[in-house]
Amino acid sequence: MTVLGGHPAGSPAALDGIAFVAQDTPLYKNLPAADMLHLTRNLTRRFDQSFARARLAELGIPVKRKAGKLSGGQQAQLALTLALARRPQLLVLDEPVAMLDPVARHDFMASVLTAAAADGVSVVLSSHVLVELQRVAGYLILLSRGRVQLAGEVAGLLASHRMLIGPAGEAGNYSERPVVHGQRVGAQARLLVRAGADDPVPPGWQAHPVGLEELALAYLREPGAAALPAPPRTRGTETSEVTR
Amino acid sequence: MTALTKPARPEQEDVRLRPVPWRRMAWVTWRQHRAALAGVAAFLGAWAVYLWLAGLQMHHAYAAATTCRPASSIACGEIIAEFNVTYGDPALTAAVLLQTAPALIGAFAGAPVLARELETGTFRFAWTLGFGRWRWTLAKLVPLAIMLAAGAGALSVLFSWYYRPFFADGNQTPFTPELFDLRGVAFAAWTLAAFAIGALAGLLIRRVVPAIAATLAAYTGLALAAGLYLRQHYAAPLLTSKPNVPGSAWIMSQWWTKGGTFAFAGRPPEGLLEQLCPNPPLGPGGKPSHVTLAHCLAQHGYAQWTSYQPVSRFWPFQWIEGGWLLALSVLLIAATIWLVRRRAA
Repeated sequence: MTVLGGHPAGSPAALDGIAFVAQDTPLYKNLPAADMLHLTRNLTRRFDQSFARARLAELGIPVKRKAGKLSGGQQAQLALTLALARRPQLLVLDEPVAMLDPVARHDFMASVLTAAAADGVSVVLSSHVLVELQRVAGYLILLSRGRVQLAGEVAGLLASHRMLIGPAGEAGNYSERPVVHGQRVGAQARLLVRAGADDPVPPGWQAHPVGLEELALAYLREPGAAALPAPPRTRGTETSEVTR
Repeated sequence: MTALTKPARPEQEDVRLRPVPWRRMAWVTWRQHRAALAGVAAFLGAWAVYLWLAGLQMHHAYAAATTCRPASSIACGEIIAEFNVTYGDPALTAAVLLQTAPALIGAFAGAPVLARELETGTFRFAWTLGFGRWRWTLAKLVPLAIMLAAGAGALSVLFSWYYRPFFADGNQTPFTPELFDLRGVAFAAWTLAAFAIGALAGLLIRRVVPAIAATLAAYTGLALAAGLYLRQHYAAPLLTSKPNVPGSAWIMSQWWTKGGTFAFAGRPPEGLLEQLCPNPPLGPGGKPSHVTLAHCLAQHGYAQWTSYQPVSRFWPFQWIEGGWLLALSVLLIAATIWLVRRRAA
């Protein structure tokens, strides 16, 4: 397997180019933040110490405090700082916000977005928090039961799906467009279909644009459904991934 | 002073990045394990203080006992015997307790090295840094192993000095299981092996406390097997029919023959003694001495055979034991590194 344009996985070049922040942002709890910086600096070829120091100061994270004594949000920010200071080409974040409170979660994602925008870092982010993704994600890969179920540019995915709402009695004979997931709410049927904004809407039905959460839930509820365009990989876009 | 300077050159990103230098791991290993090293140092230091103080007192008493003249007199013998009674038991107790030191060092300093990383998930952080995971493992295990073995080696030198009075008269064998692996190179080698066992157990078990327990169990099994079954086969024992085998020799077995055929092993049967030696001269304890009985049996055509390891083999045995333990440790550490490299994170 090769990464970052031909480097063997695990090679020095690959290790240098990829920064990984694992789930629950593991840190050496008994080391002060300053020592975590020094440790990371010692074990990487590139490390922007002044950037890391400045970022921690900006966030108000005391560098003399042990990592284990920092709040959850501060620990996540410290881990992110260590990753960003390595100046990676690719930043891999595994469920970085799962354990954070809403404010820390918002701040963390804002930091990731800023880094991606400012430094052109590609970000692969896995998350169960679907709402967060619509704000940050450029490309979505939906994994369900170990299988890729949905993949594509977020804007494209949203543009090519519609929610049709109409009488429940007619839901059964609706077949012009592939239905991803159908739901009955009283006398009303809600069908998530693969259809663009210009596609005709059957008489008596209303078409609504879908949100990312709605879209992802529809696919996750229908393990048989899949939408897999050939994924075009472009640098500088944030890629997101929902795992289930 | 001359200094080698290298011309500045642009970093070539794609072609052959040089690995992060080894020396950078030194600070990391020290910073992360200095508490454990300090604990081991305190443990060994406490032992050293005890052995030093008790040893000084004991050597002083021994020096006083050996000034007794004439040395072969009964009175002098009693003084020496009294010294052995007073100091022998505490010294042997200290030796038995010290036997546990390598296991404790291996379990508490060796097992957590990898197990803690795996248990807390920090291996995902450490192994994805630019240093590389197998180099990280090597740069942790080897310096720690060397430092711990060196510390144990220093303590075993002190123990050898401490225990010297009991070997001075040549009546105690240095092959005694309680003593053999505390002296020479064996103690350092056993500590090294315990550390290597601990490191591998930590990697395989991935949790600190079970890894510590497994290390203690594995080490105990290995140490018992070596002491009870393995050590005596390092060299073929010597065979002698002389009755006066020196007390410093390690006796494997003793048996008697008559006319070239096996008669009996171990102590002579009571019936045989009554028949052949009905009225043996009594020794100091009111019982006939072993030498007297042997002499009597020899007069009736019996020959006593002893297979033994002479004291001159102490150092060869030390090197054999140290050698295979070193080989085992290198193998275990190499296996640990190989598994780290191979393992999918």
